[in-house]
Amino acid sequence: MNQSSENPVMWDALSRNSTARLERGAAFARGREVATEDITRLLEAVIEPGDRVCIEGNNQKQADFLSRSLLKTDPSRVRDLHLLQSVLALPEHLDIIERGQVSRIDFSFSGPQAGRLAALVEQGRITIGAIHTYLELFSRYFIDLTPRVALIAAQAADREGNLYTGPNTEDTPAIVEATAFKSGIVIAQVNEVVDKLPRVDIPADWVSYFVKAPTPHHIEPLFTRDPAHITEIQILMAMIAIKGLYAEYGITRLNHGIGFDTAAIELLLPTYAAELGLKGKICTHWALNPHPTLIPAIEAGFVKSVHSFGSEVGMERYISARPDIFFVGNDGSMRSNRAFSQAAGHYACDLFIGSTLQIDLEGNSSTATKGRISGFGGAPNMGSDARGRRHASPAWLRAGREGSRNRAMPRGRKLVAQIVETNREQMQPAFVERLDAWELAESAGMELPPVMIYGDDITHIITEEGISNLLLCETAEEREQAIRGVAGYTAVGMGRDRRMVENLRDRGIVRYPEDLGINKRDANRDLLAARNIKDLVHASGGLYSPPRQFRNW
Amino acid sequence: MEHFTLSYTTTPRLQEGHLPRLCGVVASGNLEVLVEPLDAADLCLIEVNTSAPGFRVIWEALLSDFVERNQVGGVQISINDAGATPAVVGLRLDQALDAYRSGL
Repeated sequence: MNQSSENPVMWDALSRNSTARLERGAAFARGREVATEDITRLLEAVIEPGDRVCIEGNNQKQADFLSRSLLKTDPSRVRDLHLLQSVLALPEHLDIIERGQVSRIDFSFSGPQAGRLAALVEQGRITIGAIHTYLELFSRYFIDLTPRVALIAAQAADREGNLYTGPNTEDTPAIVEATAFKSGIVIAQVNEVVDKLPRVDIPADWVSYFVKAPTPHHIEPLFTRDPAHITEIQILMAMIAIKGLYAEYGITRLNHGIGFDTAAIELLLPTYAAELGLKGKICTHWALNPHPTLIPAIEAGFVKSVHSFGSEVGMERYISARPDIFFVGNDGSMRSNRAFSQAAGHYACDLFIGSTLQIDLEGNSSTATKGRISGFGGAPNMGSDARGRRHASPAWLRAGREGSRNRAMPRGRKLVAQIVETNREQMQPAFVERLDAWELAESAGMELPPVMIYGDDITHIITEEGISNLLLCETAEEREQAIRGVAGYTAVGMGRDRRMVENLRDRGIVRYPEDLGINKRDANRDLLAARNIKDLVHASGGLYSPPRQFRNW
Repeated sequence: MEHFTLSYTTTPRLQEGHLPRLCGVVASGNLEVLVEPLDAADLCLIEVNTSAPGFRVIWEALLSDFVERNQVGGVQISINDAGATPAVVGLRLDQALDAYRSGL
């Protein structure tokens, strides 16, 4: 019996479908090039109802023109989409949902749109597949969430359709690889079309179409922190981090979260850490975006290498002039790669340190608040023990020993620290009995409370009151008191068992500034290697060119 | 605005002749702390003026810890607070007392 003649098995349905799409699209393109004014019609021609569509957009680079163009498509043709996105950053990302063209969304982070997204979910106008970390979402692009159409952003295309993504390469390689090699359609918006590219980041035969955007794609200077806003409390916490954690474990490989708390640490390296004789002993190798606040440490010779998830506006010339430090192409511009840098942060770093909004009595931390579905981004991957790691380093081994609880088999572990002032502005406590994440999960029908970093991954908590080493706690009760013991004048902190905390202090589990030989009076802005943006420009030898909103001179 | 005065009995002061010291500024999220000698040598008098009402319980916890830790007798401390967090209050008090003690 010839089964195939009756019910032929088709092994290339995806590529046949793709060919049909390209044939429909050909009416609106010359080769791969699409005229700016034809993009909406091209999108209508190549997108089919029910498609999984990936719109490139992280918290930095955005395919904003393609997002706006998608909004102009005919909702009767472009509908029932399943959106895949790293970050819901632009209003357009939500507008397309409000227009009823999207039925499902899988994403990682929704920062600025968190409130609107929560409202749409409550109204039942959108179904969230899942909220992921970046690495999880990229991974699913290669397993069960492969895009049919990817709308991406590049700096430039040549006439063939080769793309230059330059310093802000970010998510592009992961998205394009998953789409192009599963017979998907890749459409790139570019800032310019040139005869010769500085270098090829994405080869033309992975690209279906490119279109020149009327305005350059949006890039948010998300990692720039003006040192002028760093407080004495942040400086005190940075001193505690450097002396009580970095020096203690000899941490050379690390990732810093975003924010003023870690910016303060970066700016204390050439001053406070250098005075402690730590140059060359800590903070040499980084998975980090090119933070302007790292410039003084780089110039002081503290830093040997930095691999970046994305770039940072204004840092381009400085990076080009420091190719021994950053990952720079033959053309002289950096190449970032979020997927690789996330993997590097997870597997090759000994420490993650970042800020959070709430920490509970088990040490679970969350940035979720009711009425805002903000997602995760990269912190859970940076801030979790890499259980598949097999190479040793002194810091990793020591952390493993401290947390071993008499386990026979030696094993290392990652250091994961949260650094928070006990009360934020308006006296919002950073320490709580119950995370707001529980309420959010209930109101949004989520399967799990959105916890950024689980308590069993956290090894240290740093506040202005001191540092707690959770690895050394023998029992759950000790752990709770170690958390209360640095929780300051929050209700959680005031609810401490003073005798138990004193006992933990005697055992070096809770350490206050005086226990570390830190005089709180020294927590002074004079310790900052740069006190404002202008100082950073000077430190860079004039190579750093801050965005306008950070210039006040 | 909220205003209250707290009084603590402490270990009597050891030395005489301290000069008044002022630390910090009254700016949003910050505070001003004035430390000056008081006739009663075993008393620490703390006067709080704060722009953020409703946190007296926290002030009392913080200030009694401060007095217990430092045992400062014979001083009057005046606080003008513009919504500083407890972390900033604690740091400023330590700085002011330090300056006061070193400035005989």
